[in-house]
Amino acid sequence: MAVTVRIPTVLRKHTDGEKAVQGEGATLKELLADLSSRYAGLTDAVTSDDGQLAKFVNVYLNDEDVRFLDGADTALKDGDEIAILPAVAGGSR
Amino acid sequence: MLAQSIADVVGRTPMVRLPNLSPAGYEIYLKLEGHNPTGSIKDRVAAYLIADAERKGVLREGSRVLEPTSGNTGIALAAICAPKGYKLTCVMPENTSEERTQLLELYGVDIVRSPAGEGSNGAVRVAREMAADDPDLYMPFQYGNPANPAAHYETTGPEILTDLPDVTAFVAGLGTGGTVTGVGKRLKAHDSAIKVYAAEPEYGDLVYGLRNLDEGYVPEVLDQSVLDGRIKVDSLKALKAMRALASEEGIFAGVSTGASLAVAIRVCDRLPEGSKVAAISPDGGWKYLSTGAYAGGNVDEIADSIKDTLWA
Repeated sequence: MAVTVRIPTVLRKHTDGEKAVQGEGATLKELLADLSSRYAGLTDAVTSDDGQLAKFVNVYLNDEDVRFLDGADTALKDGDEIAILPAVAGGSR
Repeated sequence: MLAQSIADVVGRTPMVRLPNLSPAGYEIYLKLEGHNPTGSIKDRVAAYLIADAERKGVLREGSRVLEPTSGNTGIALAAICAPKGYKLTCVMPENTSEERTQLLELYGVDIVRSPAGEGSNGAVRVAREMAADDPDLYMPFQYGNPANPAAHYETTGPEILTDLPDVTAFVAGLGTGGTVTGVGKRLKAHDSAIKVYAAEPEYGDLVYGLRNLDEGYVPEVLDQSVLDGRIKVDSLKALKAMRALASEEGIFAGVSTGASLAVAIRVCDRLPEGSKVAAISPDGGWKYLSTGAYAGGNVDEIADSIKDTLWA
């Protein structure tokens, strides 16, 4: 039940500079709990005080923003890729 | 088609079916916003931003307009402002393409540069500082001005419904959020079952690297409640879709169009068979030729080499 988690530059200080780490969990919440045992700072930065996702952090499951799936309760399966990215406005505007 | 001014030929753009790139059993249509007078969807926004300012009485001949933009909005504002005698200053990230800089200079626009690494957020920051220091500047501010989504609610959305009354889903890129918010609300007012998806550009590490997670920026005009999904597209996927559009469908479009097309193809398998998906092509490829996005060679290497500047 391994999931790959891509780490943005600003959070690599919590992962010894690793660009991606492996974690386990049937849901995003479980995955973040699993990661907190090894990378506590990472989970703290991604989670708000109420246990939901922090406001200016976007978490994607296989490129889909999990806020439009089931948020922290989004189900994960073996081989999924989670990406954490800072919220950025812009594009060709 | 006879018009009395350039502002009168904004909109009413073609909606073109993609017979070769639509998954079997689905119909994807692209609305070609590159057919607007300055070549992008931002002509609609610029016309609405300036009309809104005139209604508020904040502009008169000789007034100066200030706007953070990485190009399309600036060029569109320049075309609307020029015949009216308004001066224009644009704040742009310093890594925006040469074509965009030249076009703005041609229109007589004053350009202020913001740090490349800060992306669009940096342009917003610098423009806000300038506006705060000078009360004579009027900043329409597309990221926070309801006239931006209103342009799409009142023009882009109705045009889509005229061409495709039975549209099932809509896809547009995510920048200011004006297009997905305005069109999305208009389509859902017509039929609440219509799905709305945002294609979000995935930038390179350079852009994300300087972000502080406590100080992110979500544009005020973006109403996420209208979205059914938000899907990120990296440079490689966007480039591949943009290139396929040229080789398979004969359409020369910007890289953002590739991102929207990639999402349109992706969402088909969650829609009923026979669905019609309308996607926005915000502009053509002309202004991005110098980026190398259209050059021959290995597309993986090209995507990697330009991923930090592609979406600027």
